[in-house]
Amino acid sequence: MKQVFQKPVSLKDVQTHFCPGCHHGTYHRLVAEAMDEFGVQGRTIGVASVGCSVFLYSYFDIDVVEAPHGRAPAVATGVKRARPDAFVFTYQGDGDLAAIGTAEIIHAANRGEDITVIFVNNTTYGMTGGQMAPTTLVGQRTSTSPFGRNAAKDGSPIRMAELLSQLEGVAFSARVAVNNPRNLMDAKKQIRKAFRYQAEGKGFSFIEALSSCPTNWGMDPLAANARVGTEMCGYFPLGVFKDTANFHAG
Amino acid sequence: MRYDVFIAGFGGQGVLMAGNLLGYAAIIEGKNVSFFPSYGVEKRGGAAMCTVVIADTDVGSPVVGNPSVALILNQTSFDKFAARVKTGGLCIVNSSLVDPTGLSRTDIEVIAIPMNEIAIELGDHRMVNMVAVGAYAARTGAVAIATFEEALRQTLPERNHRFIPANIRAIAAGAQRV
Amino acid sequence: MTKRLFMKGNEALAMAAIEAGCRYYFGYPITPQSDIPEYMARELPRLGGEFVQAESEVASINMLLGASATGARAMTSSSSPGISLKQEGISYMAGAELPGVIVNICRSGPGLGGIDASQADYFQAVKGGGHGGYHIIVLAPSSVQEMYDLTMLAFDLSDLYRIPAMILGDSVVGQMKESFVPHPRPLRDLPPKEWVVRGREKGEQRVVKSLYLGDGELEAHNWKLHARYAELKEKEVRREEFMLDDAELIVTAFGSAARIARSAVMAARDKGLKVGLLRPITLFPFPEKAFRAATQRCRKVLAIELNAGQMVEDVRLSVARDAEVFFYGRPPGAGSLPTPEELLVQIEKYC
Repeated sequence: MKQVFQKPVSLKDVQTHFCPGCHHGTYHRLVAEAMDEFGVQGRTIGVASVGCSVFLYSYFDIDVVEAPHGRAPAVATGVKRARPDAFVFTYQGDGDLAAIGTAEIIHAANRGEDITVIFVNNTTYGMTGGQMAPTTLVGQRTSTSPFGRNAAKDGSPIRMAELLSQLEGVAFSARVAVNNPRNLMDAKKQIRKAFRYQAEGKGFSFIEALSSCPTNWGMDPLAANARVGTEMCGYFPLGVFKDTANFHAG
Repeated sequence: MRYDVFIAGFGGQGVLMAGNLLGYAAIIEGKNVSFFPSYGVEKRGGAAMCTVVIADTDVGSPVVGNPSVALILNQTSFDKFAARVKTGGLCIVNSSLVDPTGLSRTDIEVIAIPMNEIAIELGDHRMVNMVAVGAYAARTGAVAIATFEEALRQTLPERNHRFIPANIRAIAAGAQRV
Repeated sequence: MTKRLFMKGNEALAMAAIEAGCRYYFGYPITPQSDIPEYMARELPRLGGEFVQAESEVASINMLLGASATGARAMTSSSSPGISLKQEGISYMAGAELPGVIVNICRSGPGLGGIDASQADYFQAVKGGGHGGYHIIVLAPSSVQEMYDLTMLAFDLSDLYRIPAMILGDSVVGQMKESFVPHPRPLRDLPPKEWVVRGREKGEQRVVKSLYLGDGELEAHNWKLHARYAELKEKEVRREEFMLDDAELIVTAFGSAARIARSAVMAARDKGLKVGLLRPITLFPFPEKAFRAATQRCRKVLAIELNAGQMVEDVRLSVARDAEVFFYGRPPGAGSLPTPEELLVQIEKYC
């Protein structure tokens, strides 16, 4: 009998700690599938960040370096410069990448480090219990924006995929979601492309992955999944914001 | 023997270059040496000062409180450092820019040399530091005048080696004045 | 490589790092250490290495962390305010048992302070400057030759014990030019780095981390780290003893201050005063036993520092019970570098 479906070999056969309805697990799988497909698991060095994504090494069957909060792109720079043959990616959340680690992500991108960054945006600090993130939507209530995010005082949510697409060193920048099968298939395609660009030495590739956070949003998984498609996609449009292949061809 | 000297002036007079040159000359002669610069935060025009210690054995502290010799290229440095020279010591001053008559102490020797004029006469006012170094070496014997040619070769970047003969002339002119 | 060279301490240090096999440097400009990144930027590319001018000190220490996790010899350098920024990364490296060399060519503080020579970062360096209760190896050169020698040693000790190592200098040893003799890296047996990330194709999964959440895991990890600090104290203490045998006053100082103090001690001897110098070369591990032994016989110690009193605390903890410890400090700032003549006056007070 032909086997048509299996767990990616880059993933371990374990249960995750992620909450029901969280999209981290789905993204883990897509990343692992891309790794399998390119046959890079054996030479991959992942860089874990701080937040729900810290347990990268518990789920991926790859070597991992744990970075301080926000510093994953700098750690990945050190890894890749010392081991240019390695396949290097970071996996970071929105507090990590778009707040405390803003300088590190901007400059790693601007240098065109040959790494891939998976940026999971769920509009909140998940691990610490649902505080306001740089990506929290205006009006969204969190434990540190109990009256809703106030654009006048807190600023507006940052669109990282668009922001980074302005930098010369960036080869690829896209925003994806996995809230429905169509978006999921597209997410898989874009993650593959980001990985391919690294494999081809094209430069920095960036995937902003919209995710639900039912626990901290105070929603059931279905409602949270629906919010990704409505509110989140409304402010954070899906799409490719930079693709040097098209850029040069065009 | 142990020789210590303050070299002081304003930025642009080649104070650090002079200290470096002494250092390289001492190394060529197989001596130990320390060259300790201290200069203003500004890169140009501020005060420039360095301490050079040359010794057959251990140079000891690179920081010196009261040197046996001070090589002074401008008035501000004279006002600041002449008082620091050790009793029985020597102050070699650039009399083109320094008026040493106001000095209240009599326990040190002062040699006045119009270094700017000498340098200009030899073709370039920027060689004031070479005149100074020549006077210092000739007077103290800390390093031999003959060593400077090789020291210049090591101190100056290749593209400036064409200036070495003129510099040697300035060093010799300084040496003749003591 | 037996030719004597005449170079700045900072350049000798950079030269030694390359000789020690360091091929990766990450840094950010700050006075008075910029000669180090400038040297590395010039030399590393032709050796197949990498120089990265990072966006911040925070980024550069984390680049060091990443390169070190792959097993490469790597270095970063800065000066006091920049070293403060690096403390987060140093703590993570200590927790993850990563080697790596960090150079601090100190300037004066607190805050922006000034660019003058200072030893005010002693506490920060030896007591674990970041969070979490750890130590790093701290070496204090007092000459250009030692800038060279101790940098090489720093790489070896750091690899051997899997503890970050710091060179603690200042603008005196960094900016001063002196004659020194470079030499090849001494042969030393170092354990293979069986912990480096290299990709699963080479074997079992490896993780470089400092997060320990299981019951008792972190406590055990802490005790393991502290056992290694104890081993350092047993095996790796280095100090210089000068004219201590018949001394009736022990002068102690480290780095550039020791260099000035040594001349003062010699001047005191010329005057017939029985004074000696005990100079810690390793600030962590601190030469506790040497102080205890020396003060069994000579009960007076004068500690001299370019700060308001830091190492003197470790001296007090180390000396024999009834020894008296005096202190003379010169907090940093323009014109505050003490001269041998001034230190001699201090020494005479206690003779």
